[in-house]
Amino acid sequence: MGKRYDAIVVGGGHNGLICAAYLAKAGRDVLVLEKRDLLGGAAATEELYPGFHFSTCSYVVSLFRPSILRELQLARHGMQLLPLETSFTPLAGDPGLCRWPDPQRSRREISRFSARDAEVYPEFSLAMTKMAQLARSIVDAPAPDPTSWNPRELARLLRLGNQLRRGGAEVMDLNLKLLTMSAVDFLERWFESDVLKAPMAVSGIIGTYLGVRSPGTAYVLLHHYMGEIDGAFRSWGYSKGGTGGVSLACARAAESHGAEIRTGAAVERVLVDNGRARGVVLAGGDELSARTVVSSCDPRLTFLGLVGARHFDESFVAAIERYKLRGSSGKVNLAVDRLPEFFGREGTAHLRGDIAIAPGIDYLERAYDEAKYGDFSKRPYINVVIPSLLDPSVAPPGKHIISMFVQYAPYHLAEGAEHWPEKREAFGDAVVDTLAEYCPGLEESILFRHVLTPWDLEKEYGLSEGNIFQGELSLDQLLFQRPAAGWSRYRTPVRNLWTCGSGTHPGGGIMGASGQLAAAALLESGEL
Amino acid sequence: MPEPSVFHSRTAQLCTSHRWKDWGGYYAVCSYDMSPEPEYQAFRHSAGLIDVSPLFKYEIAGPDAAAFLSRLTVKDATKLRVGRVTYLCWCDDDGKVIDDGTLSRLGEEHFRLTAAEPSLHWLASVSRGFRVTIEDSSARLGTLALQGPESRRILERVTDVDLAALKFFRVAAGTLAGVPVWISRTGYTGDLGYEIWVGRDGAERVYDAITEAGRGHGLLPAGLDALDVARIEAGFVMNGVDYFSAHHCLTESRKSSPFELGLGWTVQLDRGPFVGQAALAREKQRGPRRAFVGLDVSWAQLEEVFARYGLPPELSLHAWRDGRPVYDGEERWIGQATSGAWSPTLKKNLALALLPAGHAATGTPVRCEVTAEYRRHTVAARVVKPPFFDPERKRA
Repeated sequence: MGKRYDAIVVGGGHNGLICAAYLAKAGRDVLVLEKRDLLGGAAATEELYPGFHFSTCSYVVSLFRPSILRELQLARHGMQLLPLETSFTPLAGDPGLCRWPDPQRSRREISRFSARDAEVYPEFSLAMTKMAQLARSIVDAPAPDPTSWNPRELARLLRLGNQLRRGGAEVMDLNLKLLTMSAVDFLERWFESDVLKAPMAVSGIIGTYLGVRSPGTAYVLLHHYMGEIDGAFRSWGYSKGGTGGVSLACARAAESHGAEIRTGAAVERVLVDNGRARGVVLAGGDELSARTVVSSCDPRLTFLGLVGARHFDESFVAAIERYKLRGSSGKVNLAVDRLPEFFGREGTAHLRGDIAIAPGIDYLERAYDEAKYGDFSKRPYINVVIPSLLDPSVAPPGKHIISMFVQYAPYHLAEGAEHWPEKREAFGDAVVDTLAEYCPGLEESILFRHVLTPWDLEKEYGLSEGNIFQGELSLDQLLFQRPAAGWSRYRTPVRNLWTCGSGTHPGGGIMGASGQLAAAALLESGEL
Repeated sequence: MPEPSVFHSRTAQLCTSHRWKDWGGYYAVCSYDMSPEPEYQAFRHSAGLIDVSPLFKYEIAGPDAAAFLSRLTVKDATKLRVGRVTYLCWCDDDGKVIDDGTLSRLGEEHFRLTAAEPSLHWLASVSRGFRVTIEDSSARLGTLALQGPESRRILERVTDVDLAALKFFRVAAGTLAGVPVWISRTGYTGDLGYEIWVGRDGAERVYDAITEAGRGHGLLPAGLDALDVARIEAGFVMNGVDYFSAHHCLTESRKSSPFELGLGWTVQLDRGPFVGQAALAREKQRGPRRAFVGLDVSWAQLEEVFARYGLPPELSLHAWRDGRPVYDGEERWIGQATSGAWSPTLKKNLALALLPAGHAATGTPVRCEVTAEYRRHTVAARVVKPPFFDPERKRA
């Protein structure tokens, strides 16, 4: 064993890189190890087809903490977020519904379906803004732990309680409803139109193995709304150069502070001696030594894979085994030689945001029905983004990339997850057929198609069960329970082993908060 | 993108300044000329014609129309006689103002309510259990405000409505240039004036006829900038400027009650239940915490502040609406001036302000913030009771 690093970060995704950058900035000697030849993990840009640079997995930036952008000077390192301002829900044989940044224009669009909904829409935003203000203070700090009697924890809980109280009875009432209701029930307190409710309800199910009528999904809507508020500060949007642009900027920031980054360096296991992590073993057998190992991998891969169950208490192992991963989504990426054309819409303004194939609540619930019994949805919810419209650098002139996030594609097929490779193209066909129902002629425009199933997300990107959030964002797995009760503070039962991935609080999306908060906790602990 | 109003073909031709803004989702002219002053002067000395079609309009009809409106608003609409118009506001359960507007009784079972904001949802919610239909007539009805001392003489030339009989806050149906219209003696300038309500199809004919009749009477097309100065002189509050609808406020302190806004006179408490009644009754008993007042800002002190830098007072011909702090004599913050303007008629620097009840008595000295040469100062102002300008011809 040669040099001993202060910290080795396992995994070169955005959270790992952000954590490394903060540690390096604080003067620590840091090494990042990435299995793939490309940095970014699930936030990577790949030239899958000549001239076309795909954000293969994660395709938009939601909730990226503006403080990270400032503190790591990511703009100087090339990060740029372009706003996604419209939200378009096409319908077959109808111009559908497009929501615009101009409130009056949205009002007119919504009133085609319901005059009342059009008016209530801003009121809904206001109510959610009130609640998201509260929730935002939660994501910007480690989760308060109600199981602890530590006075500091109690003080934090009290502050949170006070904030809740200040919001008044209305906010308290809505919060309780948010925590318990389904996305659809919650939205129906405001809206009557299916065409409006459906694309809003999907925010409640993204990345979960739940349906829009499943209780508890309302809460995830709030996560989405935090993005809307921060939207004013442009932290929700598309990253120039694809989502890999974010990761590369984080990597440059880390390197500028002296961090070392190695790609093509797969960590086989974490070395543990006497309950202490002391380094890692690479796939080739090389051992690397460090005072601290920080894993950005998901909890199952970290604890049961890289470290091994034998180093933990049985109760902890059981909690990690119960931690729900169960990926439910896939991606279909297309290279096309022209823009898709939707009924009754001209120009490109409606294509510059996200396009939701979510024509109704029943449609979404039916898509879930198939998934419940272990099959992919034949008519799935699709979130379409055409990044090449916003960022011409990712496709040759006049040609475009269509990025499609697809739900449901359950990891656990009825016949077994290992059967995904033989179903991959059938899944891709179902997705293309679905979109083609709204834009005829789509098939003829396709130059290249790339299908990513939950199985591929696990095998290629190391996301257990293909879960895009390293664990479902459901209430039982959030805050002080992420990934297990009592272990939400990035520290683990193995000394000198820390975690910084999306499987820690607050998790989810390209936020970077987990990486940032983990680095802060580690530095504050005095162990490094 | 805003939409064109029913008069757009005419206003667009006249708007040589290309100064437009978005009003309620429609294109609205700020001023036809680069300077709004001639348009303002027209309101006060001849007549100005302004397209106010972006106002939201609702037709409320049915056997329970009056009962429903009495439930919705702070006034007893059953007492409003046919052919009369009244000004009122409506509140939420906590007695905080949602919006204000005029209510016209066009028939025994037909009312028209105007609003600054889309209100169909709220109206529909409150209408549960009443035998009424509520139609959003905003898009199908154009509205022109013809305001100023000459307005009656102009209108007389083109309509068969008996204007001599049309008293202040009355409404009548008739024709104008052969087009069926409603004419109400209402407006937002605090001057003699009329509002003409016309269906989409006849809108341009009505516009042309009034413009034609206005030749020789000094009629000018007028924009929102001139209107803003006139309405401040008249002391009219504006939703979204001087107060915010309770439906849009993130904090309680942003909401206001009718008593605070100087609309206490519209509140009729002793009658059947209406939305906000209990809260308003409590507030009336307790007395409102704040009051909406006028401020007459000292010209002498303003001159003095600018003179320190060798400058004459710099005042815009446009009204301001960005909100400015108001202080007491010891320079402690007490409230805010929500909008204000230099009054060309009164030659006074005016503001509308929301102040604590203790500082709201007429004559109370306060201090207003003024920026001169990039530096902030305060100058003396005196609390006055709006309206600042209230000519007899308005009611005559």
